[in-house]
Parts: sequence; structure tokens; C-alpha cells
Amino acid sequence: MGQAIAFYGLSFFILFFAVLVVSTKDTVHSVLFLVLDFLFVAALYVLLGAQFLAAIQVLVYAGGIVVLYLFVVMLVNLKRPPEAYEDPHRRTNLGFALAASVLLEVGAIATYGYASPAPALARASEVFPVSGNTEEVGWLLYTSYLIPFEIASMLLLVAMIGAIVLAKREL
Amino acid sequence: MLLSAALFIIGVVGVMVRRNIIIIFMSIELILNAVNINLVAFSAQLQNAIGQVFAVFVIAVAAAEAAVGLGIILAFYRNKETVNIDEMNLMRW
Repeated sequence: MGQAIAFYGLSFFILFFAVLVVSTKDTVHSVLFLVLDFLFVAALYVLLGAQFLAAIQVLVYAGGIVVLYLFVVMLVNLKRPPEAYEDPHRRTNLGFALAASVLLEVGAIATYGYASPAPALARASEVFPVSGNTEEVGWLLYTSYLIPFEIASMLLLVAMIGAIVLAKREL
Repeated sequence: MLLSAALFIIGVVGVMVRRNIIIIFMSIELILNAVNINLVAFSAQLQNAIGQVFAVFVIAVAAAEAAVGLGIILAFYRNKETVNIDEMNLMRW
């Protein structure tokens, strides 16, 4: 019961801050709401029993990515806010319509999923005899998912080099 | 599940409606977070840590995407002095 209350409270805050991120005029405020949103998502991960992922979320998202965003927002000091410029060809209603169609699709999937519940899947936890969340995730990362792990590290390296090249003033 | 879907849709609205490209990037981060919530929820439901492994990969890809995307924004801003996507028509023929 307490868990359900915590889940709904966290969900409410996550959605509330997500709406604020998208709707705020000031970009700096938007970034700060994004930090709060990520922290609440991390709390939700703890509630779902993924402590390692919660720590990663706080470190990488709230600590790393958001600081990157803040730096960029401060660097592109805007004298003329982008929303002030009105483009006659811009179709805002089309965006809302597209989002509504995605909402319909997801709703259809949800109702269909509730109508015909998936067959009970075999519990796979017996396969991995380790206990503890971080240990389990690390075990999987370094055994079954070693090659994707290495490819992800290569991707990060390439992205880092690419970002440095793009941000340099002259090549 | 429904929370994840709602967060995803807020992200989609953000991508479609806003004109500031930095806010569009933040909406993309929201979408990726929604996917992560879904993965972790199924991981908890099925008592299986593979979903969390995939969420770790999603976080890594999101970090790479943010770094490259913000680099592109900086390079573009240096040339054009704008972050309005409606004015980004360098590659229009």
C-alpha cells in the first residue's frame, strides 16, 4: 500500500516536472526542471529495485548531461528568444495532432494488452545465482552482454571525439 | 507502463511544438527516460536484470547523443547566431 502511494506520488512529480520542462519559456528554468525530473526518476528506480541504475541516473543524467545543457544554454546567450520569431509556415497544431495520434496508439496497445494478458514468463532469476542488484547487473554486463558493452564504449569514444571536433573554433 | 507512455507523449509534444532546439533536445532526453522507466519496470516485474542492462546501454547512448547534439548546436550558433529550428535551413536546396 505504501509502495503504491510512493509510486503514484513519484509519477505525479515526474509528469508535472516533464510538463514544466516542455512548457517553460525560460530555457535555464527548463534545464533545472529537467534535473528535478531526473532525480524523481532515480527515486522511482530505487522503488523498482534498481539501485545501481538509480545511482547511474543521478551521476550521468543529473550530474553530467544536465551540466552540459547548462553550459550550452549559458554559451548561446540569446538576445532574441526563438519563440518571439513567428514563422507563417509553422504548423503547431500538426504537432499536437501527431502527439494525439501517438497517444491513441499507445492507448490502443494498453487496452489490448490488458484485454489479453501475456502468458506467464518463466522466471529467469534462477539462472544467475548471484544476489544483490549491482552484482547481478555487473555479472550480466561482463558475461552475456560483453560485446554490446564494448561497442557502447566505442560509441562513447567516437561521440567524444566528434563533439570536440564540432565544438572547435577552427579545424 | 502508463507513466512511461505519458512521459513519452510529453516528450513528443515537446519535440513537435517548441522552436528552441535546446528544449527539443531535452524533450528527446525525456523520451529516452520514458523508455528506461519501461525497461526497469519490466525488469522488476519479471525478476530479471537484463532490462536494467539495456537501460544502462540506453543511458550511454543518450550521453553520446547529448554530447554530439550540443556540439552541433554550438557550431551552428557560432555561424548563425540562432537556436530557432525554423531558421535552420542550411541544407535546403
